[in-house]
Amino acid sequence: MSTTLKRLAIGAVTSALLLGGLAGCGGNPSSNSSNSFNTLEQIQAAGTVKIGVFFDKAPFGSQDSTGTFVGYDIVYGERIGQDLGVEVEWVPVEAASRVAFLETGKVDIILANFTVTAERAEKVDFLNPYLKVSLGVVSPESGVITDISQLSGKDVIVVKGTTAETYLEANNPEIKLTKFEQYTEATSALLDGRGAAWVTDNTEALAWSLQNPGFTTGITTLGPQDTIAGAVTKGNTTLLKWLNDELVTLGTENFFHKDFDLTLKPVYGDAVSPDDLVVEGGKV
Amino acid sequence: MPPSGLDVLFQGTNFLRLLGGLWVAARIALISMALSVLLGVPVGVLMTSRNRVIKAVTRVYLEFVRIMPQLVLLFVFYFYVTMILRVNLSGETSAIIIFTVWGTAELADLVRGAITSIPAHQYETGYALGLTPLQVQMHIVLPQSIRRLIPAAVNLVTRMIKTTSLVVLIGVVEVLKVAQQIIDFNRFTYPTASIWVYAVVFALYFITCYPISLLAKGLEKKWALSSQPSH
Repeated sequence: MSTTLKRLAIGAVTSALLLGGLAGCGGNPSSNSSNSFNTLEQIQAAGTVKIGVFFDKAPFGSQDSTGTFVGYDIVYGERIGQDLGVEVEWVPVEAASRVAFLETGKVDIILANFTVTAERAEKVDFLNPYLKVSLGVVSPESGVITDISQLSGKDVIVVKGTTAETYLEANNPEIKLTKFEQYTEATSALLDGRGAAWVTDNTEALAWSLQNPGFTTGITTLGPQDTIAGAVTKGNTTLLKWLNDELVTLGTENFFHKDFDLTLKPVYGDAVSPDDLVVEGGKV
Repeated sequence: MPPSGLDVLFQGTNFLRLLGGLWVAARIALISMALSVLLGVPVGVLMTSRNRVIKAVTRVYLEFVRIMPQLVLLFVFYFYVTMILRVNLSGETSAIIIFTVWGTAELADLVRGAITSIPAHQYETGYALGLTPLQVQMHIVLPQSIRRLIPAAVNLVTRMIKTTSLVVLIGVVEVLKVAQQIIDFNRFTYPTASIWVYAVVFALYFITCYPISLLAKGLEKKWALSSQPSH
């Protein structure tokens, strides 16, 4: 009897806790969101803007050997701070925590190679884009692939679970795919000549072919194009509007082309035209 | 000679940054463990209580903390609990609080186990000598229990040091993340850096955890000799 009672008691307390927790989770973010962010005026009054960036994703957001933040997103963030007339406080974020940092107002802006998706747009407000990515095709210089039709009936290397795999299976069923778990396996296979080409994100393709003589990225843009944009807390309209206006201003001076030359070109080389990647003025 | 991955460690302030990251991890783990010991011993004594309410509450607390992954606790606490309570806590403070909540639960359960392992005749002898229940706890039961839980408690400290690698999710950068960041930054120029950097991280964790193990071994030996002269 006493054990039954004990179990009942434990069960009751646990469910009460769980229910309380669920109610808390369900109710609060929405009711608090109206004041969980800093408006443009508040940021300028405080004199600091908190920008969430990657610190381990070179060449977009990284830290150099002295710990200084560097990269494409950082150059953009520094300019935002300068034009807002405030100091920038960099907050290191992980891919999985980007949305939470914005939802709870722990950062004002996220500039962390944030791909725009419909699902994310329900939780955060995206700015207009500043970068676009698609797929790239790496092939040996002895048999450069410049058009997807050249791959018909040939073995093509892809990494499992990537956009490249899903795109080719859906759109080019005539291509035979050789799939690998890891990027390093895919690149070794390509070096061994176990495929006519390797299809991957165009940024990765360009960076890799530049480091590996004898290979080139014959196709730099293939398949669906994703855009990458900064984001602010949902509902922070003053900051959103200021940042989108800022993008237009930056567009008039070709700011992102200069950013590309400074941060991405050393990694991607001349193989890619900046117009294949950067977006000026927030318009694709 | 091709560039060795080892060179990466000595570029700029990379090695100092790794040590800085280690200090962050050790600081979080040691402060949390100190607080866990302070709180865990009384909570552990409470856990041996026969009172049903106390038993149920401590049981739910322990099970809750054990079942929830530390990652979830850190995430929910840092982002949402602070938002609901409208307090602004740094990532590191949040990490110390969650690690203390976790450490207290685990340590209290160790204390409970150690206390219940003390044979009944120890209590009976104490009462026969005219000691009060509190005196029996303080002078007979706890000293013997604490000795018994040293190995498991040390295991908990080292587990805590290693679990600090989760705190990067709430914006705290510790040694493992510094290492991964250095590897990523050099992945095109030093593709083989990872093995070297990870080897150094392994060494750093080892030189942090090993002295703790040695200390525990020393304590066990010392107390074992001084407290059981009659055997």
